[in-house]
Amino acid sequence: MSVEFDTAEKFAAYAHPERLVSTAWLAERLGQPGLVVVESDEDVLLYETGHIPGAVKIDWHLDLNDPVVRDYIDAEAFAELLGSKGIARDTTVVIYGDKNNWWAAYALWVFTLFGHEDVRLLDGGRDLWIAEGRPLTTETPTIAPVEYPVVERDDAAIRAFKEDVLAHLGKPLIDVRSPEEYSGERTTAPAYPEEGALRAGHIPTAASVPWGRAAAEDGTFKSRTELDAIYRGEAGLTDGDEVIAYCRIGERSSHTWFVLTHLLGFEGVRNYDGSWTEWGSAVRVPIATGPERGEVPAR
Amino acid sequence: MIDTMDASLPARLAETREDFLALGVRDRLQLLLDFAGELPELPAHLRDHPDLLERVEECQSPVYLFVEVADGVVHLHATAPPESPTTRGFASILVQGLDGLSVDEVLAVPADYPQSLGLAEAVSPLRVRGMTGMLARIMRQVRDRVAA
Repeated sequence: MSVEFDTAEKFAAYAHPERLVSTAWLAERLGQPGLVVVESDEDVLLYETGHIPGAVKIDWHLDLNDPVVRDYIDAEAFAELLGSKGIARDTTVVIYGDKNNWWAAYALWVFTLFGHEDVRLLDGGRDLWIAEGRPLTTETPTIAPVEYPVVERDDAAIRAFKEDVLAHLGKPLIDVRSPEEYSGERTTAPAYPEEGALRAGHIPTAASVPWGRAAAEDGTFKSRTELDAIYRGEAGLTDGDEVIAYCRIGERSSHTWFVLTHLLGFEGVRNYDGSWTEWGSAVRVPIATGPERGEVPAR
Repeated sequence: MIDTMDASLPARLAETREDFLALGVRDRLQLLLDFAGELPELPAHLRDHPDLLERVEECQSPVYLFVEVADGVVHLHATAPPESPTTRGFASILVQGLDGLSVDEVLAVPADYPQSLGLAEAVSPLRVRGMTGMLARIMRQVRDRVAA
């Protein structure tokens, strides 16, 4: 049972318009059976300060990451989490969050690892909803738990590991971090905490396209034309390219993965979630510094 | 009440720790949110001089600190935006726990105090690191003020 798509004109230009809903669309459908709204933020307390009525909270760190191994939760844990949030396998899930849907896109990507079919983002996220004066509540919804099947995670299609990236060198890579991290001046985003990488720079040949460039002033995604100019124009991607995107821990690059896959229609885009905190500390992997992309190293 | 486990911990910080540890993980979030709401406004002389404030780089959200020392007493001010409630909560715990203490008392606070609040399970260890960075910067500013 899937909720109808948002047929807004802006979305029609994207490759997969069914992956986005507008704030107006959502406002009209709150509480509709078969629809669950999920808030996923960088700041773990924002949901408690007020959220979209009926929305449930899923935290990227506390809920989606394995507490011990650096990996995502397993099939049993995912099934338990979603069931406890009232999400069934055929539920339409709309995810929104702070900071241009940065963490919302990360949650959507993890849902996709488990093959949850109908998962969409709220264009403009939390900030646009609030800016438009739409309702918020601090009331936690009463959720009737449902059964969610235990479905194994399929990492192969949209997730890249370090070995995959090494084998991929020579094909397009997109580094979505800040220019300072790309050039090697620093290992963390300006004003962000040190997450531990021993070397600074980027993976040789990666193009630098900071993730936030895909967002407009109001936090919505830029238009198809604008996005094509950035990724096909400046970054030089062409149809048929296999692309790997990375950042520092894989969150910002989930946002770019969403743009490339669902808005621009590239197939086989993978997110390297080990990203710079792995690559920048791994032994004997090639690194380039400075603003230039660098060369594919000789093997 | 003196914390027998850690005699150097100021009373207010010890109390805050007991309050957090007495709660389940979900309620700790709520208490942190209460702290966020209690962060005092900046005094006028700092509101007009944002240049005096020091940015805490370890925090994911913009948070600014300012330490004053007058007659051996530490006064601590901090500000963070409302859309960053976790960061505001961290700052508020430290402002309420340290403001008005003597220089020696502040400098005796263990650097790992933030890790002892049981917040790692509630907000993640990575986020708690922001609070550890905040405390380190406060102590450094106190030392700078005393040396000046």
